[in-house]
Amino acid sequence: MKLKRFIGSLFIVLCVGLGIPVYADGHGTIKVGVLHSLSGTMAISETTLKDTVLMMVEKQNEAGGLLGKKLEAVVVDPASDWPLFAEKTRELLTKEKVDVIFGCWTSVSRKSVLPVIEELNGLLFYPVQYEGEESSKNVFYTGAAPNQQAVPAVDYFMNDIGVERWVLAGTDYVYPRTTNKILEAYLKASGVADEDIMISYTPFGHSDWQGIVSDIKKFGSTGKKTGVVSTINGDANVPFYKELGNQGISAEDIPVVAFSVGEEELSGLDTKPLVGHLAAWNYFQSVESPENEEFIADWKTFIKDDKRVTNDPMEATYIGFKMWVQAVEKAGTTDVDEVEQAMLGITTPNLTGGVAVMNTNHHLSKPVLIGEIQEDGQIETVWETFGTVIGDAWSDYLPASSKLIADWTDPVKCGNFNIETGECSGQNF
Amino acid sequence: MTYVGRKSLRLITFTMICVLASLCSADEEFHINVKQLAGAKLRALPAIVAKFETSGERALPILRAMLEGALYYRKSDKRIVAAYRTETGDFRLDDLLEGIDLEVASKREIKKIVVNNRLRGQIRKIIARITLTSGDRFVRELAVDNMLNDLNKENLLLLRAARKKEKDDDILSKLNMAIAIDDLKHNESTQLRLDAIDIIDSSLQPIVVNTLNSLLVIDAEGMPIEKDEEVRERAMKAKESIELKISFYEVLQRIFYGLSLGSILLLIATGLAITFGVMGVINMAHGELIMLGAYTAYVVQLLLPNGIEYSILIAIPAAFAVSGLCGILIERYVIRYLRGRPLETLLATFGISLILQQTVRTIFSPLNRQVVSPTWLSGSLEINPVFALTYNRLYILAFAVLVLLCLQLVLKKTKLGLQVRAVSQNREMARAMGVRTERVDALTFGLGAGVAGVAGVALSQLTNVGPNLGQAYIVDSFMVVVFGGVGNLWGTMVGGFTLGVANKFLEPITGPVLANIFVLIFIILFIQKRPSGLFPQTGRAAE
Amino acid sequence: MIKHYRDEGRAEYFFQKNGRAFLIILFGVVIYASCCNLFIPDDSIFYVSTYTITLLGKYLCFALLALSVDVVWGYCGILSLGHGAFFALGGYTMGMYLMRQIGERGVYGHPVLPDFMVFLNWKELPWFWYGFDSFGFAMLMTLVVPSVLAFVFGWLAFRSRVTGVYLSIITQALTYALMLAFFRNEMGFGGNNGLTDFKDILGFDLQSDRTRVVLFCLSAIALAIAYLLSQLILQSRYGRVVVAIRDAEARTRSIGFKTENYKVSLFVYSAALAAIAGALYVPQVGIINPGEFSPLNSIEIVVWVSVGGRATLYGAVVGAILVNYAKTKFTAEFPDEWLYALGLLFVGTTIFLPKGLMGFFDVKKWRNQRRG
Repeated sequence: MKLKRFIGSLFIVLCVGLGIPVYADGHGTIKVGVLHSLSGTMAISETTLKDTVLMMVEKQNEAGGLLGKKLEAVVVDPASDWPLFAEKTRELLTKEKVDVIFGCWTSVSRKSVLPVIEELNGLLFYPVQYEGEESSKNVFYTGAAPNQQAVPAVDYFMNDIGVERWVLAGTDYVYPRTTNKILEAYLKASGVADEDIMISYTPFGHSDWQGIVSDIKKFGSTGKKTGVVSTINGDANVPFYKELGNQGISAEDIPVVAFSVGEEELSGLDTKPLVGHLAAWNYFQSVESPENEEFIADWKTFIKDDKRVTNDPMEATYIGFKMWVQAVEKAGTTDVDEVEQAMLGITTPNLTGGVAVMNTNHHLSKPVLIGEIQEDGQIETVWETFGTVIGDAWSDYLPASSKLIADWTDPVKCGNFNIETGECSGQNF
Repeated sequence: MTYVGRKSLRLITFTMICVLASLCSADEEFHINVKQLAGAKLRALPAIVAKFETSGERALPILRAMLEGALYYRKSDKRIVAAYRTETGDFRLDDLLEGIDLEVASKREIKKIVVNNRLRGQIRKIIARITLTSGDRFVRELAVDNMLNDLNKENLLLLRAARKKEKDDDILSKLNMAIAIDDLKHNESTQLRLDAIDIIDSSLQPIVVNTLNSLLVIDAEGMPIEKDEEVRERAMKAKESIELKISFYEVLQRIFYGLSLGSILLLIATGLAITFGVMGVINMAHGELIMLGAYTAYVVQLLLPNGIEYSILIAIPAAFAVSGLCGILIERYVIRYLRGRPLETLLATFGISLILQQTVRTIFSPLNRQVVSPTWLSGSLEINPVFALTYNRLYILAFAVLVLLCLQLVLKKTKLGLQVRAVSQNREMARAMGVRTERVDALTFGLGAGVAGVAGVALSQLTNVGPNLGQAYIVDSFMVVVFGGVGNLWGTMVGGFTLGVANKFLEPITGPVLANIFVLIFIILFIQKRPSGLFPQTGRAAE
Repeated sequence: MIKHYRDEGRAEYFFQKNGRAFLIILFGVVIYASCCNLFIPDDSIFYVSTYTITLLGKYLCFALLALSVDVVWGYCGILSLGHGAFFALGGYTMGMYLMRQIGERGVYGHPVLPDFMVFLNWKELPWFWYGFDSFGFAMLMTLVVPSVLAFVFGWLAFRSRVTGVYLSIITQALTYALMLAFFRNEMGFGGNNGLTDFKDILGFDLQSDRTRVVLFCLSAIALAIAYLLSQLILQSRYGRVVVAIRDAEARTRSIGFKTENYKVSLFVYSAALAAIAGALYVPQVGIINPGEFSPLNSIEIVVWVSVGGRATLYGAVVGAILVNYAKTKFTAEFPDEWLYALGLLFVGTTIFLPKGLMGFFDVKKWRNQRRG
């Protein structure tokens, strides 16, 4: 009997608890959702971005808030668990009623959030370099698309270093797969023969690189200049570079250009074996500009640690936040549809001395920088594009997506408009 | 006579003056060149550096500093200096032209002369050309090795000149090889070319294989590019024999890779072989004890910023102590209460693993931490161009076996070992004989945990030190123990090495993921066939 | 091995009665929540948001999953650390059906191939995707695939008498191997991203509140049926043999029962339940990916059961719901402390509540047992 009563009362409490919506005080503040993993495998990278958003919110409040209201950050932890990302998004949008969300790192987390954010008409700023092949009405992509990172890096290898043989090494998930497909098509279009391309995929967190590195060494010993284009993900990089160093492959013999190794990752590892290898991003901490100096100083004060570094996804978060603030001011409201339209064409100074523009495909114009890794974990620019490159939502080098364009202005208003059939499939709105 | 004498004297003076002047001007020119480095754009640097070659050995310190990334200029007077970071974070400056030490400067006062890869390559070539006649045989060998990659006409002239003076056999054979390759490519005489093939056909250098391959290329019409049939045949033979050798060494290399992977499996599984194998406790926090060991290595390094070379050696006993202590605490406060309920122990220790992970995350942040490898653990022991043993893996292999031997000694030769075995075989009887079983349990668990910590130190040399370090290894370590046979340390060793080698031989065929999956499936099937592993325990303890 | 359950007669009486209470509460909550979501305007204090419905639906799927683990662990002593694999396989079969339902509405507008295959240049549908456009076939596969896997695995393992912790470890290896396999993009299951962006199920829009409520109710019904069916099975003569195997396998075998047959069949039944839970879970959360195969997830399931209390069936359900509710609360409010809390929960329940919460609240019975 006791038990029965216990369970009964428990469930009644639960029911009532569930039934009463949490009335958030939505009048005085504008709510900013922060959807970054604070635990689990992705916490390593994402915690920094959470802090960046908090810093931006704090700064904005110091400057008088937005539309006469204070900003309030709502932080949740999706714990690197992909279904939890969708659930937390729903929570942020329906329970907390946030006006905008800054969040996600991995592609799969974004894919998990996408249906929810479209259904509930939310607004997401996604700050990480990704594989492209997407443009949602409700998402703004402030990280690099492949044509803003991978393709210029390959150009640099081909033209400036004279690489003739290519190793495309990546972790087996969608970003490297797509990027390597694009690069493979791009290389072949530039006249590279099949046998001069080696593609290798490894699982997440791969730590035993002996075999693969010796394969690369062998592949690179034919007398032609060989380069490695690495889309190896975070954790697996340290053992990879260590193995390269130990097997005597230096950056001069076989340079490696990486798309996921930034200052933050470098601060956690012994940089000796990496010196001279390259990284391609849209921002380096070492770039000298007044905006960047201010940003770095702010960051160090905010995080209360003089040794913390800044990195590219932080810049993307910074630009996204600045743009959102401007768009809200322009629209005079936080209403998603109006802010979305106001976002298009918004410009804001980026941290590398240029100007970021939000294009009508929800992707940014960005400069592409290629830098060499230094002993102190910083990356020194050795090459950069003239001006900025417009982010391409749909790659021209994949047969299926070359027909698609994204344009969120009036005649088209679609994220995947097929220019051959004139159709826009799969949109929920 | 006097006239002539005077004249000759004049001439000598004149020559001397000339020589001095030219010396001075060469020196001056060099100084001017060096000065240009300050503030030069990266694009302008190659042209400046190219001029250094004529300055010969004088330019070496500058070039070497540039190569190391230690070349700076002082902002105040644009003086070119080599700067080395001191313990205080400031820089010790060293004027390479005057050869004097300057006062210490802060980071703000100096600016780095940024070097990129292309420039580094160029510098290395220049250094090679300058040092080809150096007195130091190692410097000379390095120079020859470097020039082997770049056999252009100019370099060959230098190499041919160097051959005449060279006394050292090793270097001489390399020089001969370089020249033979050139003969083979460019000489007209068939005999000379055949001789050249004979000279190079015992070498495994990639350049040799590439040269031979280029002789055997067939053009679009199916006609060989090399017209001389005799040369072709000889080249074919040489190539075959070289390739045979290469494939032999490749197999050796694979075995080494396999053993190395096996040694890591062995290290991570040894601790478990004790806690699980001997005590029968399923310790899901085993991975986290490994992680603690790795973090101990990190902390030791922080405490000894100047002792990178030996801090790792101090870290080994430290990690043993930290993880061991942690293990004893876990045993004392959790596992003790769950004796005889292995499945509950599994759950409780899993809870502990979560707590340990989060604790580490709170203390050290979720970011990965760097454990710097000492120089004696970097690089590789190159036996020949296709077979090299990386030092870190070589040491870890030896270390893993050493740890196992020590444990075996402890278990077989010490009083504690005797008690441990007694308790694991028959707890009641042991107690009746006066063995303090509770204490033995705690110590055994501590021993297993300590070994896990030691494994963590080894792993810190190979991979990331982060809060998730342990999780990656937990399934693998259980597999090794179960495969080898529970309660049998030798079984664990054989199991670890077998799985490592099998994995590495599968890898080139299937790729790393499938290799891993196949090994797992194999173990699953193997356990069905032999439920108690490779070396089952026999007798009463088995039940 | 486990000696706490000798009091069979009492236990049965106990769980039948509480089982009824459990069912009543379950349906009470479901009807209440559904009605409040559908018929009460969303500004009312009694409105239950769709977020809550989805959340509850997820809990119910987890509850069913926990129940399936309890069936083998609580009653037969088989501690499977790989039940997440069956759950995920069930989820994948449902996900494949939902993927095929997208049809031309994918972003590339390809009539047959799912989006992830289009941009990775797959030319045609792999053979194992055939048939998944039909709901019936997909549901059949939901049952068949995990059951066959469970059968083969169980048949091999139980026949060669792999028991106890060894079995736990190889079940863990099984799910780990499957996780690695599904992470591979070459497998054709979408790799790390898994399957997502579903549109509708049997023609009903997955985003609509009604569909969500229906799925939620279906989960509840499935849970109830599974509960009743499991109870029926475990109370039958077959069930008594199963319990006998748990308590003394060697003795049961020597009496003449083919224990491996009992174990295999129960294992298959349990795997099928887990698969159904997975199939119901996927349309509600909107994504299935290889992370579900991770050994950690499987261990977490076992914890739900042990928190709730083993060998009661409803204990597993209560455990699953409570732990997940705590997880939702904690990750929202104290993200950093969540792992501490979860860890302490593991340690605490195993040491202080060996029979879980349900055992704790039945103090009288507990005392009786101790004395007896």
